[in-house]
Amino acid sequence: MADILRVSGLITQLRNGARIVDNISFSIQNGETYALLGESGCGKSMTALSLLRLLPDGVMHAGGTAQLEGVELFGLREREMRTVRGGTAAMIFQEPGLSLNPVMTVGEQIAEVLELHQGMQGKASQQRCVELLDQVGIPDAARRVTEYPMQLSGGMKQRVMIAMALAGQPKLLVADEPTTALDVTTQAQVLRLLRDTQSGSGMSLLLITHDLGVVAEMAHQAGVMYAGQIVEQASRAQLLSQPLHPYTQKLFAALPSAARIGQPLAAIPGSVPPLGSITQGCRFTARCDKAWSLCSEQTPQWTVVAEGQGVRCHLYEGQDARGKRQGMEAKVQEYHVASKSDLNFEPGSPLLQVSDLRVHFPIRKGILQHVVGQVKAVDGVSLQIPQGSTLALVGESGCGKTTLGKALLRLIPPTAGSVQFTGRELVGANIREQHAAMQMVFQDPYASLNPKMRVAEILEEGMAALNIESNSAARQAHIDILLDQVGLTRNSKWRYPHEFSGGQRQRIAIARALAVSPQLLICDEPTSALDVSVQAQILNLLKKLQQELNLSYLFITHNLAVVEYLAHEVCVMYLGRIVERGTAEEVLRSPKHPYTQALLSAVPRIDGQGVERIRLEGDLPSPANPPPGCHFAPRCSHAMEQCRAAYPPAMTYSVTHRVHCFLN
Amino acid sequence: MSFMPVMLWSDALVFLLLAAGTASALYVRQREHLMLPWQRVAQSATAMVSLLVLSLFLLIGLLDTLHYRIALPEKNGGETVYSPEVLSVFDKLVTPLRTQTEKTYSAPLAVTLYAKESISDAHGNIAREYPRLRYGGAHLTDMQLQDSDVCWRWVTGMLAGMLVGLLITLGSKRWLAQRGWPLRPLLIATLIISALIGMTINLAVVYHVLGTDKVGQDVLYLSLKSIRTGLIIGTVTTLVTLPLALLLGIAAGYLRGWVDDVIQYIYTVLSSIPSVLLIAAAVLMMQVTIDTHPQWFDNSASRADLRLVFLCLILGVTSWTGLCRLLRGETLKLREMEYIQAAQSFGVSSLRILTRHIMPNVMHIVLISLVMDFSGLVLAEAVLSYVGVGVDPSMISFGTMINAARMEMGREPMVWWALASAFGFMLVLVLAANLFADAVRDAFDPRLNRTEAVA
Amino acid sequence: MIAYIIRRLLYAVPILIGVNLLTFALFFVVNTPDDMARMQLGIKRVTPEAIEKWKQQRGYDKPLFRNGAANGTDKFRDTIFWQKSASMFVLDFGYSDDGRSIGHEIATRMGPSLAIALPTFLVGLVVYVSFALLMTLFRATALDMAGVALCVLLMSVSGLFYIIGGQFVVSKLWHLVPISGYSGGIGSFKFVVLPIVIGVIGSVGSSSRWYRTIFLEEIGKDYVRTARAKGLSELRVLFRHVLKNAMIPILTGVVVVIPLLFMGSLLTESFFGIPGLGSYTIDAINAQDFSVVRAMVFLGSLLYIVGLILTDISYTMVDPRVRLQ
Repeated sequence: MADILRVSGLITQLRNGARIVDNISFSIQNGETYALLGESGCGKSMTALSLLRLLPDGVMHAGGTAQLEGVELFGLREREMRTVRGGTAAMIFQEPGLSLNPVMTVGEQIAEVLELHQGMQGKASQQRCVELLDQVGIPDAARRVTEYPMQLSGGMKQRVMIAMALAGQPKLLVADEPTTALDVTTQAQVLRLLRDTQSGSGMSLLLITHDLGVVAEMAHQAGVMYAGQIVEQASRAQLLSQPLHPYTQKLFAALPSAARIGQPLAAIPGSVPPLGSITQGCRFTARCDKAWSLCSEQTPQWTVVAEGQGVRCHLYEGQDARGKRQGMEAKVQEYHVASKSDLNFEPGSPLLQVSDLRVHFPIRKGILQHVVGQVKAVDGVSLQIPQGSTLALVGESGCGKTTLGKALLRLIPPTAGSVQFTGRELVGANIREQHAAMQMVFQDPYASLNPKMRVAEILEEGMAALNIESNSAARQAHIDILLDQVGLTRNSKWRYPHEFSGGQRQRIAIARALAVSPQLLICDEPTSALDVSVQAQILNLLKKLQQELNLSYLFITHNLAVVEYLAHEVCVMYLGRIVERGTAEEVLRSPKHPYTQALLSAVPRIDGQGVERIRLEGDLPSPANPPPGCHFAPRCSHAMEQCRAAYPPAMTYSVTHRVHCFLN
Repeated sequence: MSFMPVMLWSDALVFLLLAAGTASALYVRQREHLMLPWQRVAQSATAMVSLLVLSLFLLIGLLDTLHYRIALPEKNGGETVYSPEVLSVFDKLVTPLRTQTEKTYSAPLAVTLYAKESISDAHGNIAREYPRLRYGGAHLTDMQLQDSDVCWRWVTGMLAGMLVGLLITLGSKRWLAQRGWPLRPLLIATLIISALIGMTINLAVVYHVLGTDKVGQDVLYLSLKSIRTGLIIGTVTTLVTLPLALLLGIAAGYLRGWVDDVIQYIYTVLSSIPSVLLIAAAVLMMQVTIDTHPQWFDNSASRADLRLVFLCLILGVTSWTGLCRLLRGETLKLREMEYIQAAQSFGVSSLRILTRHIMPNVMHIVLISLVMDFSGLVLAEAVLSYVGVGVDPSMISFGTMINAARMEMGREPMVWWALASAFGFMLVLVLAANLFADAVRDAFDPRLNRTEAVA
Repeated sequence: MIAYIIRRLLYAVPILIGVNLLTFALFFVVNTPDDMARMQLGIKRVTPEAIEKWKQQRGYDKPLFRNGAANGTDKFRDTIFWQKSASMFVLDFGYSDDGRSIGHEIATRMGPSLAIALPTFLVGLVVYVSFALLMTLFRATALDMAGVALCVLLMSVSGLFYIIGGQFVVSKLWHLVPISGYSGGIGSFKFVVLPIVIGVIGSVGSSSRWYRTIFLEEIGKDYVRTARAKGLSELRVLFRHVLKNAMIPILTGVVVVIPLLFMGSLLTESFFGIPGLGSYTIDAINAQDFSVVRAMVFLGSLLYIVGLILTDISYTMVDPRVRLQ
């Protein structure tokens, strides 16, 4: 098969000469998907933008060639290049919400491409717009064509982006993290759409992602990027069965899953080096446990190890690569040995007991802003968390899980219901006790630390507010202990948040919560803003702290892999209500609610052979106007008459396992 | 004592500002992360050159702020009597400029008046000719020598100035280099400025460098005196704007509810009145109050000064709304930040959250808007004084200079020098302020510092 | 959407009441009418009789809020507040110190004011936006830098300089147009052209820079990258995508001043002898005619509030996000 795209020696740099993309070569065959895999800041998006010559101001192409269908892209004039963009090669981006023009209708935006690359205008163009929207699975396309992006959900917007890309009938589609901003079920829809389109039109796909699961599901070939370089290149099968580069191996090992319960994740220490900071030696040296002196002295050469698989690592250079590889395989195997720990968790006495908690927000309308309805963000949730255990609250964005967490801390006042902590009612009670009892770790470590305060001041704030450790020497000593606990050096307390990486910031945020010795930590997606390798560090830390301090966690997440690794019990939330609850084993191994089943099957698996796909149609309905009966009924393939009539009562499967569904 | 220090209201406010400025500078110096944006400012050549120019203006303004009254030779029953005239240290330094007044208009560097007059010579013949000036070029015996004398003084003054400039640059070179400040632009600017100063001084001792005005006052002196007025309008106003905007803005944004409603109402009402009209109305009413209470003031200087202070107050009251709205918006964004929620979850009080979390994180907006507003206020003074609602007509300012000079627009040939020097000085001051403000904004605005986070 | 506009209109009422109370306090409470009479009459002629006469002539001889001497509703209507302040709500501005109807003056002077202000506004908008678009198109090049430097220089020059300098060069040196004056109809062209040109130049620096900032902010957004990825030319990206989105922040600053155009410009009108509302205001300030100043303050804030409402309405036209909420 012929190559559609052949990139060689691509270099992209900042004005000051720091290389963001450093000497990258790869090629994509007709009709195939090439995945560029890497963590944030490794230069993968810049690679894609370089190819289409869409680099932002201040970043420029500094060397290398790229041939698209034999045409040298960097030799084209700007005017010629414009016929390539959107024509031969189209691109879609990470944030569909921001990538569409908010003041133009969907139809207008697609018609622009049709006019430019297909010469279509007027009726024909309008006709084609509807066809395209239909093709990407947007229901009621004729109406949608006249709508504005704000009227569409996130998944729909990404479909529109894809329709827009397809309008020019491209031979190559560059997809830059196309599903990262989407929920897991929507991600499954979009990935499937991409795959179907590809098989229908025979175009090639350059897929940029940080998600190993997406690579496993989509790619024919993959390149692993680290700090501006491709460190390993292989076919999907090769990459999944025998990753060669220590970095790739670590990435696999850092993925949390049920198989690794009871043992710490293989976290990669440190974080990705800043751009252009390393010019000599292997860029992974500082974080690699197989590094030796040569690694920091000499830049490793590209070594082809097997047919179609190459690696940039001294381990495979010169010597008998085959023998070396065998050794590696043995090591790789190590990671797959699962030591099954007991998933059958014995619930102790509840530390936190929530019953029938409701958080409603009024909807105001009209001239006098009177209340016309309620957004039932949390609608009658009951749960309990025993001492020393982890309850995972799982659901997609907009299901009310974060609101629930904040309502427990009274950051949002609950509308009704009761929250009992160690048997004492907290709703309406003296709040002071509650502050020390429960604390929160927030999602975004960049937004959760005040940039104008030193670490010591950040950690001290809670103690001061709650009068813990009244004298300052004791407080300083406590701060030192806290920093030890979360694995930061003691002198970091005199520094400011901007001097720390994302993972370190999250450690500070955990230390801040621990400063007032809470018994329960509410962790709101604490790792979703972090790279996989750093996520593993934080998960390990949380697990260690739980064992040391007998902490309880309410772990709010959308990431089911994390749930498998960390949680004892799981609650699945849909549109303000808990639809299924049980031990991790029960919910994840034998899900009963169709929504839980769909959620589980939507997660891309690295083993490639996922369960039978349950496709979920449509989007999450608005909590302001939930469907009658079972909220999930309109999207459920098993929905029956009675589902639309009444909300199903709890069905008990075991002492711990309960499901709100008429099916059984 | 041969003099008595006088502290006018505006002087007190200037010293208050100076103290506040010094205190915050010391505070910032100890905190590395607060120093960081200032270091970015210091890297910028335009910013540092503008700062150099601004500090010269500031120096003149400060010298002009140290006021005193001299003792009169006669005594009143053993008690020293002080002159009602309030002078400043700056006046003392440039005494010749202040006291050597001519009869009326004379052009820059002229030796004669601007208009012919009838002069009777020793024989009683009346001739119409340009009379010699009393002071300007009085040392010249022959008027023909004027050109060569001017040139000579120009060149020697420039050379002397450059020599001094050179000594300064050589002395400060290492000090500048250590800090990594832009060396060459600063040194060149120092050389040019000191050459200019040397030149001016050397000429000003015997000529009216920028001519004289209708009553024969030296225009250079008037221009230099105007600097203080401009600086006070530009800075003292912030004493009113800053607390109002900061407190009300962040309180409205953070507390929401009825507090927000009330504050929003107040600033919508205030900003709905076109500002020139509101200022005009307020100044007119102030005028009435001052005129009907002459007993409040013991001399004309303190009356003019109080009017200046009131003008700053009025400008402040009418101009805080913009900054307040900006701060409210920013606070609305900040209060949703997770670190604020973290503090709330510890039960930290609202007051503490406002002072510890919100205030430090909006200070860059306050700073940017203050430096950006400065030049606008200096320009506004001129317009308001022209309209008749600015400073007291007896107070020397760019506005009163322009207003007085404008009357002579119709004259043939035109008297251009007073207008030109007022506009010229104002342009240099405002341009320097604008360039410096730009550099400050570039350094402090987080949105403009995105290039570091590229890729 | 209609509910939205009605709500905005209702919101304007308390604002106007606030403005009215504020100006009333400023003009009648800070200084009593006696003080004003004293100042107007001058120190020499002040006698209690003269003050009373002055007050009577102008209708200031009534109590501020409540007239105990009157009957029924006149208790409140026969007061300074009712007659001087509250009456403004029905656009009854009363009489100036020289006895002319202020309402009539306003009606006749709006025309000349608009003849200057409207063309200045429209030409200015086109010039500033074009200049800003040009700088945006050549962003981060020497041309852009020079443009910004020019803007900073232009905005550092006093507005008075543009007027005085313009009059001197164009009228006095070149004798192209009369220095000042005004006549109605088509003949007014020679009088208005210089004020308009100067008005446009006067704010070219600050306005163009402001628009440039807005355009640069928009051009950094993701949808612009999408537009480029479609293969659109830079000009088309700028005009079809960026300009359309930038309209939203631009409207905030622009629409609100449209009603205020009726008020004219204080400086321009007084320098060029245009018999508009601006010069009317300046004359009133110089003559310390409080009735006129008060009327202009109220009129100004009324027009500003109309501007705010127009801004809101214009949003619904350019921004579907507002329209559809």
